[in-house]
Amino acid sequence: MDALLTGLGLALQPENLVYAVVGVLLGTAVGVLPGIGPAMTVALLLPVTYNVSPSAALIMFAGIYYGGMYGGSTTSILLNTPGESSSVITALEGNKMAKTGRAAQALATAAIGSFVAGTISTVLLVALAPTVAEWVVVLGAPSYFAMMLLALVAVTSVLGSSKLRGFIALALGLAIGLVGTTTGQARLTFGNPLLADGIDIVVVAVAIFAVGEALWVAAHLRRRPLEVIPVGRPWMDREDWGRSWKPWLRGTAYGFPFGALPAGGAEMPTFLSYITERRLAGKHRAEFGKGAIEGVAGPEAANNASAAGTLVPLLAIGLPTTATAAVILAAMQGYGLQPGPQLFEAEPELVWTLLASLFVANTLLLVINLPMAPLWAKLLRLPRPYLYAGILFFAVLGAYSVNFQWFDVALLGLFGVLGFAMRRFGLPVLPLIVGVILGPRLEEQLGQALQLSRGDVSALWSEPVAVIVYAVIVALLLGPLVLRLIPGRQGPERLEDEVESLEEEVRS
Amino acid sequence: MTVVVGWTADARGRAALERGAHEARAHGEPLLVVNATTGTSTVDDRFAGEQDVADVQTLLDSLGIEAEVRQPVVRDVTDALLDIAEEVDASVLVIGIRHRSPVGKLLMGSTAQKILLDARCAVLAVKAADGSR
Repeated sequence: MDALLTGLGLALQPENLVYAVVGVLLGTAVGVLPGIGPAMTVALLLPVTYNVSPSAALIMFAGIYYGGMYGGSTTSILLNTPGESSSVITALEGNKMAKTGRAAQALATAAIGSFVAGTISTVLLVALAPTVAEWVVVLGAPSYFAMMLLALVAVTSVLGSSKLRGFIALALGLAIGLVGTTTGQARLTFGNPLLADGIDIVVVAVAIFAVGEALWVAAHLRRRPLEVIPVGRPWMDREDWGRSWKPWLRGTAYGFPFGALPAGGAEMPTFLSYITERRLAGKHRAEFGKGAIEGVAGPEAANNASAAGTLVPLLAIGLPTTATAAVILAAMQGYGLQPGPQLFEAEPELVWTLLASLFVANTLLLVINLPMAPLWAKLLRLPRPYLYAGILFFAVLGAYSVNFQWFDVALLGLFGVLGFAMRRFGLPVLPLIVGVILGPRLEEQLGQALQLSRGDVSALWSEPVAVIVYAVIVALLLGPLVLRLIPGRQGPERLEDEVESLEEEVRS
Repeated sequence: MTVVVGWTADARGRAALERGAHEARAHGEPLLVVNATTGTSTVDDRFAGEQDVADVQTLLDSLGIEAEVRQPVVRDVTDALLDIAEEVDASVLVIGIRHRSPVGKLLMGSTAQKILLDARCAVLAVKAADGSR
């Protein structure tokens, strides 16, 4: 508790406060704009880590992450196109509410629900992260190896329409992570000395997120403009509050654990929250599909709670479970910080300032989002060519500033084309970026484990935690297959299919 | 022969539309309402929504004018309007105009100027009733 108060004092220092404000403003902006997300923004801002203090940069990145969750809901509600993947479900009921003249209430329940969920989850994060860190600090290399393997398998196989596509993306990521001479011998360097130090994660992240997306948008530049629903200042009456607070809490209960597990961030909990609210709606059941406030309150709380949940494994174990978390991890590595249990020991001030700043960011977001949601929607009038010209400019600048080598800019172009191709062929981006970041660390843990056992492979399953984790991995991979084999029982459908059928059901 | 109106979903477009409807009725010609956009931003205020289009269609039908509303997504709004005017052999092209600041004109060019100079048919330029800029 003392540590948290000290952290709060540091987070409220003018410099850190300015970075928090910049972070939440940027985060809300990119959340509002479809196609641009917190992952891309943090990737583009990675070069600032060269001359900004670690705590300031991490405060800003956390602000962007939280802000993206808020901003996405504005676009979902007013435009019926999700600003973020985490707000897909919000559009179902939110836009219906807006069309029946209840946009103000939808925006209000989204913003206040996000605040409530964000605050509760941040409290949970503060309570849980140090405890988890204490548990995992005693674990050896074999257990870490197993947990990283689990993270890789989970982000690859739980999400997305096709496991094959997921594993292709993962293989690409691991291959990019292999480049270099860290192990003593040159791997995939093609005899090029510029590749000897490996490919900088800044270049890969910026290329995949920013350049790939810019090329994709350029290929689909002209689209029929959408109608934005005019709205005044968001507000709720007593009945709306009464109908909202339970979904907020239930949404939080879904969001936080799912964020903490490597199950792909916000999509799953928002979906589950929506289903639950529809089932529990009682006398308001008939309103679902026509704009039920519960269907906005629950999922919006869930997506913010999951953002906080994501930070538990990121800070306590060093495992990223979403694309944004993966890029934040890259930023921490850039500072030479080793996320994981040691972080709480080695950098208590940094950790607690970051945790305290989450409360600050969450409050700031409520203040800037509740009265100003209609203003944020004006950002949608920005012509895409200007927007993406700016993004490409910063992308090139960022890539060049890594080593001041033209070679990195060339790599940026190359991986940008890869990012475009992945979007074109429906390959998920998350496994690639997690592969690039975790791959080298996975190898390091493997090397350490085998060194201690003098090459005896059985050391990998010598720790009980490792064995349990391997069992989970096997269950994750074989579970769906086994379920499908049991006669008379349908295997669990993919999330996308369910969301699709849900959308159809709501539309009809 | 057709009366072509360059319509935008604002006061200026409204003025052009009213004048165009007047022309079409006076000469007994069909009316073609063109509401074009470059489609490069997610939201374009001058691009009419479904409700606006339906309202305009109902209004023109009630006036007994044979009217069609087109909403093309094009590279250049000016060129699209000129092409359509030529395609339907327009008798007159009605556009709404407004004041522009010199800097705005320098940066964005002037749609009205290009239409006035390049159109093969007569151009009728009208201003918004309330004189809004």
